[in-house]
Amino acid sequence: MPQLTRRQRHDQKIQRRSLVISGLSLVLVVFALYVLIPLAPGWQAVKTSFFNWDILVRTFPKLLSAFVVDLKIFLWSAPLIFVLSLSIALARNTNRPSLFPLRLFGALYTDLFRGVPVILLVYLIGFGIPGLGLARPYNSPYIWGTVALVLGYSAYVAEVFRAGIDSVHSSQIAASRSLGLSEGETLRYVVLPQAIRRQVPALMNFVIALLKDVALLSFIGPIEVLRQANVYKSLMANFTPYVGAAIIFLCVTIPITRYADYLMAKQRRQRIA
Amino acid sequence: MVLSRTLFSIVLLGASLATNSVFAQGSCSAGKTLNEGRLTIATGNPAYAPWVMDDDPASGRGFEAAVAYAVADAMGFEAGQVDWVRTSFDEAIQPGEKNFDFNIQQYSINAERQQVIDFSASYYTTAVAVVVKAGSTAADTATTGSALRDLQFGAAAGTTSQTFLQNVLKPSRDLLLYDDNADVIAAIAANQIDALVFDLPSALFATAVQIDGGKILGKFPSEASIEPDNFGLLMAKGSELKVCIDEAINSLNASGKLSEIESEWLGDGAGVPVIDLDK
Repeated sequence: MPQLTRRQRHDQKIQRRSLVISGLSLVLVVFALYVLIPLAPGWQAVKTSFFNWDILVRTFPKLLSAFVVDLKIFLWSAPLIFVLSLSIALARNTNRPSLFPLRLFGALYTDLFRGVPVILLVYLIGFGIPGLGLARPYNSPYIWGTVALVLGYSAYVAEVFRAGIDSVHSSQIAASRSLGLSEGETLRYVVLPQAIRRQVPALMNFVIALLKDVALLSFIGPIEVLRQANVYKSLMANFTPYVGAAIIFLCVTIPITRYADYLMAKQRRQRIA
Repeated sequence: MVLSRTLFSIVLLGASLATNSVFAQGSCSAGKTLNEGRLTIATGNPAYAPWVMDDDPASGRGFEAAVAYAVADAMGFEAGQVDWVRTSFDEAIQPGEKNFDFNIQQYSINAERQQVIDFSASYYTTAVAVVVKAGSTAADTATTGSALRDLQFGAAAGTTSQTFLQNVLKPSRDLLLYDDNADVIAAIAANQIDALVFDLPSALFATAVQIDGGKILGKFPSEASIEPDNFGLLMAKGSELKVCIDEAINSLNASGKLSEIESEWLGDGAGVPVIDLDK
């Protein structure tokens, strides 16, 4: 073991001490919660209604299989949102006079769909469009629910992309144009790679939000995890299945959140360096 | 001294008589209701016909509104002593204090729910009925189990109709579930489902009023249900009022008052064909 300087020994001591203190305080807080919460007069009732182990065990397998429906909807919605929102962002960033209608469309689109709650879009599109008289399977709630999600989320994500595109300094565009790259090539090789990379942490937030909002499709028919929990809740008059559904969501969203945090920290380091 | 003692006991007697006369109507429920001398009844928000007409329970119109007032009357409360509140299903089952004495919105009595809440004696028993759109291809489906299984079904989540579909009929396509009957009706209007299942009175009302060109295909035989669909009034677990409410419902049942209200507000569905599940 290498000889430590006096300064290093001192730092090590302080570090050890703060570790011990934070550990102790954590244990104390957890212990206090563990002791104090059950002292509340309604704890028994809350425990039976929300933290019923038997019900959790009985309902969890089916909740898990219902969550597969959420994952599927998520997996086919996310790429669609990526493509649509990028197109909208590009449409809003055009500056040729002849493409003015495209720019206007982009602005109207974001105004309209960002201003309406996603749940309303799901209801209006999910029940409205099939009502026009579409035949099965084209009236499926999965299709039109997905359309509603994609339209709503693209409006938000397009703004994220637009901010990313705007963040690329105009001198870079001028430089690449003077190097002989065409307008399209400049966009493809210079602007977009930087714009998207810079916005990855923000995009991750939307990934998490989308994953949770997929549950909104339950309002128009599909039996995904929220609906399955809702059915169990009604049949058993117990909220524990909702806790089960929350656990499933957390198992997926926490790793994504951590990953987004990691990406953000990495980006911050790069910017400083 | 003797006189004053007599006087005192007369005053005491008078006082006790006075209290008695206040609660004479409701000796059973005295001191057990949420607000003394008043009965607080909860129903859905909104409440649907034919259970409550025009979403106005205080009118006493509609089957459940009428039953609520009849129960109140049998418990010794006049119509003016009844207060109405609105709750969702979730509010009715959440732990903690309730803001109602009893809740009436087609709650089916089942053993699992009874671990968390109390139900009164049943005030109505219903069958499960299948509704289709007249003129659709589903409208010509034979009333047999095997023919029905190929339809795309929809129901309100957590209802007896849904349990019945999943456990007894077992259709070949995945069920679609919705928040309430109104959304199920929206789904059949949008052709997303071929057929829906409701309790018979809701089905009768839906086909008569809510669905353009709605038609009842048939009802399932009541013996097919895993447990018969009995509606009960919902109370907080361990409610002291349960005895009084049960007593009231039993007396309404015995006097024929309940079936009278039933025939006034709910169609009898006599002409509805019974579905043959074995074919």
